Amino acid sequence: MANRTQSSRPAYTSSVLRRRVRPALATATFTLFVLMLLTAFLSPFGYMLVTALKDRPMITESGAPILPSKPASFTYEGEEYPVFLVPDENGNLHEWAIIKKRREESTFIDPKNPDAGPIQWKGRWRTLDPSWELSPMWENFSYAWEQLNMLRLLRNTLLIAVVGMIGTVLSCTVVAYGFTRFRIPGKSVLFMILVSTMILPTFVTIVPTYILFERIGWMGTMLPLMVPHFFANAYNVFLLRQYFLTIPREMDEAAMIDGAGPVRTLISVILPQSVPALIAVGIFHFMWAWNDFFGPLLYLSTEIDLQPIAIGIQRFNQQFSARPHMVQASALLGLLLPLTLFFLAQRIFMQGIVFTGVEK
Amino acid sequence: MSSMFSELSLKNLRFTRTKMTKLARREALWGLLFLSPWLIGFILWVLGPMVASLIFSFTDFNLLHREEMQWVGLANYRLLFTDPNARTGVLVSLRFAAIALPIGILQPIVMAALLNDGRLWAKRAFTTLFYLPSIVPMVSAVYIWQGMMNTQTGWINRFLTAINIAGPDWLNARVWIYPSLVIIGLWSVGDMMLYTLATMQGVPTELYEAAKVDGAGRFAQFRHITLPMITPVIFYNLILSSIGIVQYFLVPFVLKGPNGDPGNATWFYGMHLYKEAFAYSKMGYGATLAWMLFLFVLIVTIFLFWSSKYWVFYPAGEE
Repeated sequence: MANRTQSSRPAYTSSVLRRRVRPALATATFTLFVLMLLTAFLSPFGYMLVTALKDRPMITESGAPILPSKPASFTYEGEEYPVFLVPDENGNLHEWAIIKKRREESTFIDPKNPDAGPIQWKGRWRTLDPSWELSPMWENFSYAWEQLNMLRLLRNTLLIAVVGMIGTVLSCTVVAYGFTRFRIPGKSVLFMILVSTMILPTFVTIVPTYILFERIGWMGTMLPLMVPHFFANAYNVFLLRQYFLTIPREMDEAAMIDGAGPVRTLISVILPQSVPALIAVGIFHFMWAWNDFFGPLLYLSTEIDLQPIAIGIQRFNQQFSARPHMVQASALLGLLLPLTLFFLAQRIFMQGIVFTGVEK
Repeated sequence: MSSMFSELSLKNLRFTRTKMTKLARREALWGLLFLSPWLIGFILWVLGPMVASLIFSFTDFNLLHREEMQWVGLANYRLLFTDPNARTGVLVSLRFAAIALPIGILQPIVMAALLNDGRLWAKRAFTTLFYLPSIVPMVSAVYIWQGMMNTQTGWINRFLTAINIAGPDWLNARVWIYPSLVIIGLWSVGDMMLYTLATMQGVPTELYEAAKVDGAGRFAQFRHITLPMITPVIFYNLILSSIGIVQYFLVPFVLKGPNGDPGNATWFYGMHLYKEAFAYSKMGYGATLAWMLFLFVLIVTIFLFWSSKYWVFYPAGEE
């Protein structure tokens, strides 16, 4: 039937070919190409995962498989014997444990059927490949967790991040509101100064800031990592301003006519409509604080008890650099929470990023 | 669409010199009240420190011997031009910038172009997955790549061995450390990729249709429509990447430690500043290094802003 249709209507099929099949083929090849790029781009995640689950020999042994595995063994009559992949005369491979090793002929036992008794096999056992069995070292994580003192690191990081987050959200909201809704003489100049502080490298101001914190006795405390965030920053003010500008002014005018003052208008009109932007700012700050290395390096280098995770992982890895599985386990513990947060709030997060960089 | 830095244009300045009514003054006062956290913060954390930094740069202030502070005139500036370590810092940073900057500009464009291509299936999933590495905290990312680049056990050299290429010693050879740092940097362009993608998606489709009618191929469309339309994002990226490179610190510090290994190859300017100011507590010299950095950044940004009027395209009808 299909054949007849095809032969009787060649014009129809060739146009189907042109319109449907060819674009589908292009889509498939192109997507496959991008998929390969993506695989290469994300392969370090794979490396981290499998390495974190290995032990030293699994990493260093040259013939060891990619996945965390150890040579399989089988206990027979109270003794442990290694398992090899043994070909029979038909070329089929069997997983047999070797119980007597000889140069030219060895004795094996089938772990699946030990009662069948020993099997004689002619050939050199040294040419056989060992059989591997999956054996992920989950205990690496609990060891790294303890050695890192992960609970302390989490407590410190969360404390620094959450206090800073509150400060950032509050101050940036207020400042962005000031920039969007009030006529202030010289506002355009102020706004340009605000945006240009984004271009200012932190290194430029760090020396006197450090001296200031040292003078007022904040060295070795978390305060230098928290307090400055209560004074707004260009990036997040810009994001919120962009968002506030999309809220129609008529709405706050209506509230004002009803007798609401500026603070009231901010709380009851602007804020309820800006929840996604506020969440975005909060997450951005959280991620930033989780990532911040230079600040704690300067202010908390002597206070092990107060150090956040970025410093904790770096210190841990100075001790454990010779154990790649521990390094990777700690790296994984370090990215777990930010990654989870990202997946939970992925849309708000990615839209928020676009909002800061691209002005509509 | 344009980027945030389009705000930094003199035409955005508006001066009103009308006499203010009582109501207008009230509004302005409220406004200033709302701006006050930033205004105070600007004085506390930007303006004040910059002035203080300038003053410190003429002293030999050392936190360890703070009582003995003396005015030393231009001695710190003279030191900066004769200090071989400062010289190394500048050269290393410039050398790295020469490799990292072009790649940092191109990579987000290429990624966004792939993600914006009509032939790609499941665009949203791909976008999220390509963005994913940018979420990884830098310290974790550095250790992951350090493992990947291990000569014996890392996947990069294992892969190269599998296709019969002898892999280099990525992290301990002076020639290979820069490509390695650039590779680690490939993981942090997610934001720029999203900006570029959003801008590409905002290009009116009529433009492409008109070009197609005129017989423009895929490449010509990209060259004559997409590329001009994304120049504001390229400009934004160029500025932010330049600033990022002058204060590049975390990756080399975590990867290779504070001594610039191998053989001074990672002795970046930021590392030099960190060591002088915070490891040796030489605040006077540190402030000098910071001020020179500021002047350098200022000159570079002024140059970039000046150049932008020749190559950055802002669509007409947008203010």
